[in-house]
Amino acid sequence: MIRIPRVLLPLLVLLALIGTLTSCAKREAEIKVGEYGSLTGSTATFGISSKNGIELFVDNVNAQGGIGGKKIHVLVEDDQSKPEEAATAVNKLIAQDGVVAVLGEVASSRSLAAAPICQNAGVPMISPSSTNPKVTEIGDNIFRVCYIDPFQGMVIAKFAKNTQHFTKAAIFRDNKNDYSVGLANYFSEAFKGMGGTIVADEAYSEGDQDFKAQLTNIKGKKPEFIFVPGYYTEVGLIARQARELGLTVPMLGGDGWVSDRLLEIAQDALNGSYFVNHYWEKDPNPAVQSFVTNYKKRYNSTPDGLAALAYDAAGVLTHAMQELLQKDPKAFETLSGPPNADQKAARAQLKELIAATRDFPGVTGRISLDEHRNAVKPAVFLGIQNRAYTFVATVEP
Amino acid sequence: MQEFFQQLANGIAWGSIYALIALGYTMVYGILRLINFAHGDIYMVGAFAAYYLAGALGVGTVTHASPLLAAAVLLGSMVISAALGMLIELLAYRPVRRSSRITALITAIGVSLFLENAGILLFGADPKFFPQVIAPRNITLPGGVLVTNHQITVVLVSFCLMVGLTLFIQRTRTGKAMRAVAFHRDAASLMGIPVDRIITITFALGSALAAAAGFLVGLTNPKIEPLMGIMPGIKAFVAAVLGGIGSIPGAMIGGLLMGISEYMVVGYLSSTYRDAIAFVILIVVLLIKPAGLLGRNVAEKV
Repeated sequence: MIRIPRVLLPLLVLLALIGTLTSCAKREAEIKVGEYGSLTGSTATFGISSKNGIELFVDNVNAQGGIGGKKIHVLVEDDQSKPEEAATAVNKLIAQDGVVAVLGEVASSRSLAAAPICQNAGVPMISPSSTNPKVTEIGDNIFRVCYIDPFQGMVIAKFAKNTQHFTKAAIFRDNKNDYSVGLANYFSEAFKGMGGTIVADEAYSEGDQDFKAQLTNIKGKKPEFIFVPGYYTEVGLIARQARELGLTVPMLGGDGWVSDRLLEIAQDALNGSYFVNHYWEKDPNPAVQSFVTNYKKRYNSTPDGLAALAYDAAGVLTHAMQELLQKDPKAFETLSGPPNADQKAARAQLKELIAATRDFPGVTGRISLDEHRNAVKPAVFLGIQNRAYTFVATVEP
Repeated sequence: MQEFFQQLANGIAWGSIYALIALGYTMVYGILRLINFAHGDIYMVGAFAAYYLAGALGVGTVTHASPLLAAAVLLGSMVISAALGMLIELLAYRPVRRSSRITALITAIGVSLFLENAGILLFGADPKFFPQVIAPRNITLPGGVLVTNHQITVVLVSFCLMVGLTLFIQRTRTGKAMRAVAFHRDAASLMGIPVDRIITITFALGSALAAAAGFLVGLTNPKIEPLMGIMPGIKAFVAAVLGGIGSIPGAMIGGLLMGISEYMVVGYLSSTYRDAIAFVILIVVLLIKPAGLLGRNVAEKV
């Protein structure tokens, strides 16, 4: 047995007491919000952009004194671009860290892995940019601040058919990815509905390096364009290999293309191609411009569409918290306390307030959530010319 | 028909890379009866060594691309990987050489996991993009088949390396010693052959070939990441078994067959079966010819 000298005993008790007191005091002062994202792995820029966007918004709120005197503390977990890690990360955030709300993910596969955990625990989750419709169908605690794939697929089909006058499409989808398969199906339906034909429908798996076999098949079918609803790493490689095979038709894509690494990977191969984004960084709207300037000042890069959406997701969440403070200060008080029954009731109130979001002025447009907890927003079409983005059009829902 | 030849050309380029990796498996197995599972990860290290060397030499921007510098990058990465291969043999495999084969096998799996995770730690988990050390150009072959100068480089470099390896093994004293050790290690040792040194040389050669494969993959498929060695490693192992493990021409043929069949499967069936087909081929060949295509049936001494 270890004997503690008698003089030291009161001192130790005192120390322990101070320890608990200070940790209590610290917990009182802040509201814990969890964030999970792909900070590493094949879609690392998704996670990093989102983290920056959330950080920028939350630090700004905290600098102005927080909400009702309480600071917001964002705990970030990396899911390494893997769905199973996303589930682990969210479990940890809820069970161990006791967060009151969760922000994330970009990739629909990973949001789908984590959403049931949030739903069961009664913790509201706002996905900034998962567009697959299944994500918010998980339950009434799951929200998103972006448009969904049926809309995105329809917009791309319309653009191809009506603006570019294409009739023969090839689809090259990622079979392992919920987002890609969903978007490919919605596009295919819409395009066929407008009288277009799908001449080839090929597939790859996320992480593949070599796409030439499928691209050779696509080339043989002579499409007028290729729709590639994948993520930027593979899209860049696909574009390069297509050009190496002499397949020079333009490519069309969804918001999975949004990354500052896309053109670094693709080099000149994507010139003449188009994709859908959530916002346009040169939008003259002063709110957008001040966001872009602040972001550039802090991170030394231009915010992409995913950073903007994450910024808005944090905005919608803090807005709901502010409303809770005004409507029910007592319930708001429990958000920074231990995860007991009172806090659970407060989280349920918070959930209702998020669901009631109407006309929130975000940098990606006005955000109103519909009865399925999805945002109804315009899509922005961007083109690629000489390794730079150009604005093409905004399509209203 | 043009499509068929296009798939064939791409399959040959891809298969050459499998063949280079398979050679390392087969050489080490021939001499030590050890399946060196870390071999695929040495291929990964080779690709990263080339990536950082190219960065250090400033090769990569199209203006700096020159065949001479590219060759320097290739040789440099081969030397680095050869050194790593020798180090692994010395630190991990030599201490357990007298233990049972299962011990050595588990050590190999351990080394493989170590390299993968050390790679994540050192290089980062997000993919890197290999610089264009040779300016890309499209070349039309007769019959309308379109290939890049990168693919031609892959096939030529692998062909030269394989011819070089065959000459080395058949014509030099060290090569003769390697064959002797593979034939009977103890007898070779009694004849005065320095067995330890020969084993080290075998590891160096195999690792250098894997590094060459890593460089060539970086050239044609510019995405490299720390876990890139797992699948090609397994496929090259299958290729080595398919050709008859321990047989050098067998590894080359096995590698080419794997590459071509992969392209044909994706081209004419579905990309979902891409990885499955490797194992289907393996099972079929082993059922018909258990020693592999060019393997010899050796009666196990009891």
